[in-house]
Amino acid sequence: MFFYSVFKTLVGKTVVVELKNDLAIQGTLVSVDQYLNIKLDHVSAVDPARYPHVATLKNSFIRGSVVRYVHLPASAIDTALLQDATRNEPGNR
Amino acid sequence: MAESSVARPFDLIKLNLDEMVQVKLRGNRELVGKLHAYDQHMNMVLGNVTESVTVIDVDLLNHQATGANVVKRNIEMLFVRGDGVILVSPCAHPHDG
Repeated sequence: MFFYSVFKTLVGKTVVVELKNDLAIQGTLVSVDQYLNIKLDHVSAVDPARYPHVATLKNSFIRGSVVRYVHLPASAIDTALLQDATRNEPGNR
Repeated sequence: MAESSVARPFDLIKLNLDEMVQVKLRGNRELVGKLHAYDQHMNMVLGNVTESVTVIDVDLLNHQATGANVVKRNIEMLFVRGDGVILVSPCAHPHDG
């Protein structure tokens, strides 16, 4: 639930979601849920030449389990806050 | 055991918060970066990350590996999904990648 809260603070920001099949999709984060499923708007492939079919999409719902990485906007992340929250996370104690 | 600060496995990771760590992932991937956050699934947020992907070249005729290439890239802030994580370790030489 901890990263669910983190992603909720990033709604409206532009992120790159990199999937386990190497497809990387850039888009505006619309919403996220407890499974870290992700909805993106204004999507585009980071490598459109390799994944031309992504150009046909305007928005997308990505199942959380197929995500490998999410590239976050560093300016929107308070690292000190994240570290404190991690230390105080009940599941980590 | 009670006086140890590392009583459970995750305590070891907790000691590495705000430190450089090396994360081994599925698919011949390795990350080196500063650990900012994690949870019980080993989902993580790393900063100033160097990702190294080892690509094995295979001779398709003889089914033999002919060499390995390491492809590196840098990412400023990265969320890593925990299901791909194999191991997390303190990084002794952060800049050797």
